[in-house]
Amino acid sequence: MTKVTMTVNGKAVSGEVEGRTLLVSFLREGLGLTGTHVGCDTSQCGACVVHVNGQPAKSCTAFAADLDGASITTIEGMANADGSLGTIQQAFQDHHGLQCGFCTPGMVMSSAALLAENPKPTEMEVRHYLEGNICRCTGYHNIVKAVLAASGQDVSKIAAE
Amino acid sequence: MPKDHGIGASSKRREDIRFLTGQGVYTDDLNLHGQAYAVIVRSTVAHGKIKSINTSNAAGMPGVLAVFTGEDFKDVGGNPAGWLINSRDGTPMREPKRPVLAHGKVRHVGDAYAAVVAETHAQAKDAAEQLAADTEIKDLPAIVDMAAAVADASNRVHDEIPDNLCFDWGWIEDNRAKVDEAIRNAPHVTTLELINNRLVPNAMEPRASIGEYFPGTGDYKLTTTSQNPHLTRLLVAAFVMGIPENKLTVVAPDVGGGFGSKIYHYGEEALVLAAAKKLKRPVRWTAERTESFLSDAHGRDHVTKIELACEKDGTFIAFRTETLANVGAYLSNFSTATPTFLHGTLMAGPYKVPNVYVNVKTVFTNTAPVDAYRGAGRPEATFSLERVVDKMCRELNLDPFEVRRKNFITTDMFPYTTPVGLPYDTGNYHATLDKAMEIANVSGFEKRRAASAAKGKLRGMGLSTWIEACGIAPSHLVGVLGSRVGLYDAATVRVNATGNISVMVGAHSHGQGHETVFAQIVADKLGIPESSVEIVHGDTSKIPFGMGSYGSRSLAVCGVAMTKAIDKIVAKGKKIAAHMLEAAEEDISFEDGKFAVAGTDKAKTFGEIAFSAYVPHNYPLETLEPGLEETAFYDPNNFTYPAGAYICEVDVDPDTGKVDILSFVCADDFGNIMNPMIVDGQVHGGVGQGIGQALLENTTYDENGQLLTGSFMDYAMPRAEDVPFYQVDYSCQTPCTHNPLGVKGCGEAGAIGSPPAVVNAVIDALHRGGHTQVKHIDMPVSPSRVWSAIQG
Repeated sequence: MTKVTMTVNGKAVSGEVEGRTLLVSFLREGLGLTGTHVGCDTSQCGACVVHVNGQPAKSCTAFAADLDGASITTIEGMANADGSLGTIQQAFQDHHGLQCGFCTPGMVMSSAALLAENPKPTEMEVRHYLEGNICRCTGYHNIVKAVLAASGQDVSKIAAE
Repeated sequence: MPKDHGIGASSKRREDIRFLTGQGVYTDDLNLHGQAYAVIVRSTVAHGKIKSINTSNAAGMPGVLAVFTGEDFKDVGGNPAGWLINSRDGTPMREPKRPVLAHGKVRHVGDAYAAVVAETHAQAKDAAEQLAADTEIKDLPAIVDMAAAVADASNRVHDEIPDNLCFDWGWIEDNRAKVDEAIRNAPHVTTLELINNRLVPNAMEPRASIGEYFPGTGDYKLTTTSQNPHLTRLLVAAFVMGIPENKLTVVAPDVGGGFGSKIYHYGEEALVLAAAKKLKRPVRWTAERTESFLSDAHGRDHVTKIELACEKDGTFIAFRTETLANVGAYLSNFSTATPTFLHGTLMAGPYKVPNVYVNVKTVFTNTAPVDAYRGAGRPEATFSLERVVDKMCRELNLDPFEVRRKNFITTDMFPYTTPVGLPYDTGNYHATLDKAMEIANVSGFEKRRAASAAKGKLRGMGLSTWIEACGIAPSHLVGVLGSRVGLYDAATVRVNATGNISVMVGAHSHGQGHETVFAQIVADKLGIPESSVEIVHGDTSKIPFGMGSYGSRSLAVCGVAMTKAIDKIVAKGKKIAAHMLEAAEEDISFEDGKFAVAGTDKAKTFGEIAFSAYVPHNYPLETLEPGLEETAFYDPNNFTYPAGAYICEVDVDPDTGKVDILSFVCADDFGNIMNPMIVDGQVHGGVGQGIGQALLENTTYDENGQLLTGSFMDYAMPRAEDVPFYQVDYSCQTPCTHNPLGVKGCGEAGAIGSPPAVVNAVIDALHRGGHTQVKHIDMPVSPSRVWSAIQG
């Protein structure tokens, strides 16, 4: 067992992990932050995306022990300070960008990373950036629309709310 | 002006708040005090005889608490099929036992034959690997191909079933000779052999279950990823475990998508309950994605020959199909209904064709069970019909739009009973086709095609006009057809003393947004704010016995039960109001949340009536019970029949065979709309899955029964780049005539209507590009298949 210390959503945390403990397991089982989900075992679906030192990462593919000292942001850290939904979260609700909600945390985290590096993406840039996040419910229409809306672009011309 | 609340408003979803902030509670999110972890040991061969399982090494490993094998469950019941289907000769289907854990034989890769429970998941996994190494399984020849399975009686999935046939079903058998005769004498017959590709539903949340046992009371609790907790309770309690139903609570908390795959009871649910009882601790099992691929019920997998007989002008005379439908190694709960009553009965489509006959042979193979997946039987029927109609149009050089128009059932013909037995109550198929053509700008196609051609692309347009049957009912009819359950639903409306409302519903939301939409309906009917209404679902200890959510039934069946319970609330409220207002009951009206005496300004608010019901100081106690809570069960007297027209445009790259979807137009008739935003989302999702089936997804077993597509690296799920923005319209509305909400259901439409539109568009593109030798390409219409077809 190894002791790791991280900053998660701005709070210092620590815990004992096995060498094989994945970051996602540490977050979910160790810290009780179950908003980050596991949808596959092969780093394909993106339900587990968090930010590690400001970069999007699939937490099912990182060992917790390797991330001593890292700063992690999860979906639980995305709301505004007053608890209201952040811009991207609010856009997902406004544009019905989620249904079952399972892929949603990863979608929001990836979208936030996209908008951080490309504040006004085109539709195709959004679609391309989200290729590592699978959603089975929405057919992606309203997810793409929500991300475009969150970037401040006019989405009223896009077919159907 | 769009409505901003109540029925017809695009109310934002209240459930989104918890999902967007990571506060949803899915089964695997629960971490109960003292929880232990189960890992399932699954067969790595498709077909084999279990010679020995040595559990002692695994049992002695660190943290291991218990080991289970098929021996532990050989005396409990099997997981039953929900529908008994008879063969054409009247004999009942073959129904082999589906055990909790395989005993004696394993019958597909992924078949569960043992389980390990340990203190941690990692320890359980380590021990499960050891147990697999300590198991000796003698390989038997795998039965994978359906035609071969039926032809070779020497090799059997189930030793007691000689020809691997579950049943040989004819619909409607009495029409067979007449249909054969019509086809023999027809001026033109188009024949098409096609495969409806096998799919894995792949809800993003893998299945998971937690068993709990409370020794003090003898109660069990199962928390599980289910679309229908009451049905699961009934199956686990009464059929498999032999637990009194009232000693088992089943909770389906937040569930991350279902699409059919979480309708069914699976053995893992019984296993965690048995383990919890043995260990007196909660036991959790969560599937890894590969386990989902190996053990969730798959969808589709039909091999069909369809014949369309018609006049030279395209007037339909007859449809006749022969289908082999894969049921996999065991019968899943709805697997016998899906290829029969959800498929054969839709084989007239929206057309006034006089003769239809459907034959379906269901076949056992050494593959995972196959059952209902979004659309369930209806996509298979629609794909066969819409592809053969398209092929006929090419053979006779007819306009596919005009041929549909010519053959549609017209509005003056409703109610219309098809030759396959469904009484369509209402519809307007011309209207949805016109609307789709308008949105798709069909007349501008040639210009767009020229633009594509200038870029070296072959552009094509494909049409599909589809119909489905939702809200399967009534129970007495489905009983005659072989259903072993009723297909009603139920809701309890509890008005609390302070006037807010809890509604307990049998439907289950795993993405559909019931918590929002159902509250809109209640609020609208009672004239109160949506925020005063709470929808409770998913917990058998709280909700009445309902059948859950599948088959686009939530609103059309449970939603109607809810409105009927509201009607009872209003009726009782009027009695209370009459007493309080010293008026005759028949003089009391209820509007905008107020009970008023007609023609006066005397009125009581809904809140005042509720308070009086619970604090009955001024109340007709001699004739009326206190309290304000009503339950209604609703058993519809017919299915509902959503229908629509879909138009897809594609570009095909002739050099690579890659298909790009440029536009996808849906014009649907869902009857009345409760929340447009959510209906849009349902259609988007269905079309996304349909495009996945048409272009990307395929479940492939090799000749040894090994699943070659067992992860997201091998199975091509549609991703954001694979699909366009969809154009969705549902302004053509013919409200359902037999439910008071006038709703029809919208959950499956997209998955039913879209695959043939895509494939028809690809074939159209190839023909327009001069590749007229291409008559059909099986799904998924992948680049390699398209390229090969172009090469001839």
